[in-house]
Amino acid sequence: MQTVLSIAADAVAYGMVLFVISIGLSVTMGLMKVVNLAHGAFAMMGGYIAAFATHQLGVPFGVAIVAAVAGTVLAAIPVERVLYRPIYGAPELTQVLMTIGITFVIIGIANYAMGPSMKTIPLPTILEGPVDIGFRSIAAHKLFAVATGLVVAAAAWLVIERTAFGVKLRASVDNATMAAALGVRTKVVYAVSFAAAVGLAALGGVVGAQLLPIEPYYALRYMVTFLVVVSVGGAGSIPGALLACLLLGAVETTGRYLMPEFGEFFFYLAVIAIVCVFPHGLLGRRG
Amino acid sequence: MKRLTLLALALVLSGGVAIADTIKIGVVGPFSGPAAQQGRNFQAGIDAWLALNGNKIGNDTIEIVYRDLPTADPAKSAALTRDLIVGEGVRYLAGYYYTPDAMAAAPILVEGNVPMVVFNAATSAIMNASPYVVRTSFTTWQTSTPMAAVARERGIKKAITVVTDYGPGVDAESAFVKGFKDAGGEIVASVRMPMNTNDFSPIMQRIKDSGAEAVFAFLPSGPATLGFMKAFAENGLKKAGITLLAPGDLTQESDLPALGDSALGTLTTFHYAVSHDSPENKAFVAAASKAIGDPASLTFPAVGAYDGMYVISKMIEATKGKQDAKAAVEAVKGLSWISPRGPVTIDPQNRHITQNIYLREVASENGKSINKEIRTFEKQGDPGWKAP
Repeated sequence: MQTVLSIAADAVAYGMVLFVISIGLSVTMGLMKVVNLAHGAFAMMGGYIAAFATHQLGVPFGVAIVAAVAGTVLAAIPVERVLYRPIYGAPELTQVLMTIGITFVIIGIANYAMGPSMKTIPLPTILEGPVDIGFRSIAAHKLFAVATGLVVAAAAWLVIERTAFGVKLRASVDNATMAAALGVRTKVVYAVSFAAAVGLAALGGVVGAQLLPIEPYYALRYMVTFLVVVSVGGAGSIPGALLACLLLGAVETTGRYLMPEFGEFFFYLAVIAIVCVFPHGLLGRRG
Repeated sequence: MKRLTLLALALVLSGGVAIADTIKIGVVGPFSGPAAQQGRNFQAGIDAWLALNGNKIGNDTIEIVYRDLPTADPAKSAALTRDLIVGEGVRYLAGYYYTPDAMAAAPILVEGNVPMVVFNAATSAIMNASPYVVRTSFTTWQTSTPMAAVARERGIKKAITVVTDYGPGVDAESAFVKGFKDAGGEIVASVRMPMNTNDFSPIMQRIKDSGAEAVFAFLPSGPATLGFMKAFAENGLKKAGITLLAPGDLTQESDLPALGDSALGTLTTFHYAVSHDSPENKAFVAAASKAIGDPASLTFPAVGAYDGMYVISKMIEATKGKQDAKAAVEAVKGLSWISPRGPVTIDPQNRHITQNIYLREVASENGKSINKEIRTFEKQGDPGWKAP
């Protein structure tokens, strides 16, 4: 029983880390219809900024998170204007080629500027070390990741489903021409959503850095996992992504405990089964 | 005209003997991509050797030709090797970070009449792939075996092995399991982790539940190492009194800053520590630190490259600049010298390096983590090598 609870706690923690990083991708892919393979690169950029801010500038962890999100968004604004605007509504292959190209450029820059070694982001004392949660102790930064995930999920859902901006965003996605005719400034809506998605990626990069360390190949190494989470959850669905992360986290963690030599067999088996039954993802919008 | 061309050709062909010559050495390694740091260490080792010894051997000048092979890619390795021999006319081959790359290039050596000095690739079987292969690095068998004795001496009866599921991981597991069982210990479980494991918490739970007093772990250096060491500390295994044992790949110097305090006290066995205390090593570290730029990124492949350059220089001396791979390899069989890592010998039987393996503990010195050598296992050969 002890072991079962323990595995469950690990599964939730891992799932929530995945969620924080993947949620921005769910927004770009589901709502903006851009297959953004550079998402991992933006998460990595956030991680690098936080690592640089804490190590070189000596700022506290909280400030580093804000700096990472703000810095990544600032860097992404010109990229959006120049490289992403031409591919909105373009065929998926065009989007894939463009964004994978951006990813390689960012990897090259990171390797050149920061070097090939791993970078860590030192945690404040309160997040360091284990916390006793009754039946076991768990790393405090994992609890922090779970909390961050829950806050992000609630905030994203509220903005998309319950605010005027959310209505405009959904309208622009469903029919950009009609939305524009009705006075929605679709370019601004897209730019803001893109910035938000990139900001979420950066946040995820920093919060998840304890589990997925920052190094130049981060951008490609974990991209498949992020894409899987989005397609299993249903692109554009916040509750879907949350459900997918918890489910896949549970499958992955249990599989690793019971039969590590099977590798990611169970993970991908679950993915295949879910996609067969729900071709649009668990809670995806149809069409 | 035809006679003139022939004469010119004859002159060119005989030129290598008498006149001063440029001898090219082709180096294949990961100079970009995920393992770029290890490739930079190859370069640092070569540059350090050239800085201390110059680029002249007798009358001949040596020239290094680099070829980039970012990931393990046997087909590309064979193509690059062929291009170096045919296109560039290199007389010596060196480098090779990954086992599959060295294995793919080995069959070309005899036909090309070129010896290969492996700077890193650490599987025992490479030595049997061609009689022209010499190695100056280590094998995972060689570095892992002494750890079993250390574990038993420290009173550990039950151990669990946890390794990444690929060639060197399986080698490390086999070496430790054999040594530990021979010394009367009990292996309670052997876990093989998939290559792309991110979250090691479930593995830590497995270790806890197994009732072992020590865990022997092997992972390739890289992001996974950091995740593993962090998970080990965070899941309270250190507190529960479980000892972590590993070959030195887990705590290579360039990763130590990232591993931080969570690595302190970890016991590893390996052939080289940057902190090794000897005049040879001090000279080497000074030259190699200058060559690599950032001294914190200096780690073990640099010493493999440095010693490899020494071996190649001896080959060139012995063959007096002539291209004769067989004579070159024969000349270094049994060669002994003092390397920055300590006294070493090229085993005449399998052409692999016999060397000291050190037991080290991760310790903090002047605010910097180092691999502190605390014991020496002298003259260790490769226990994993089997005669073909």
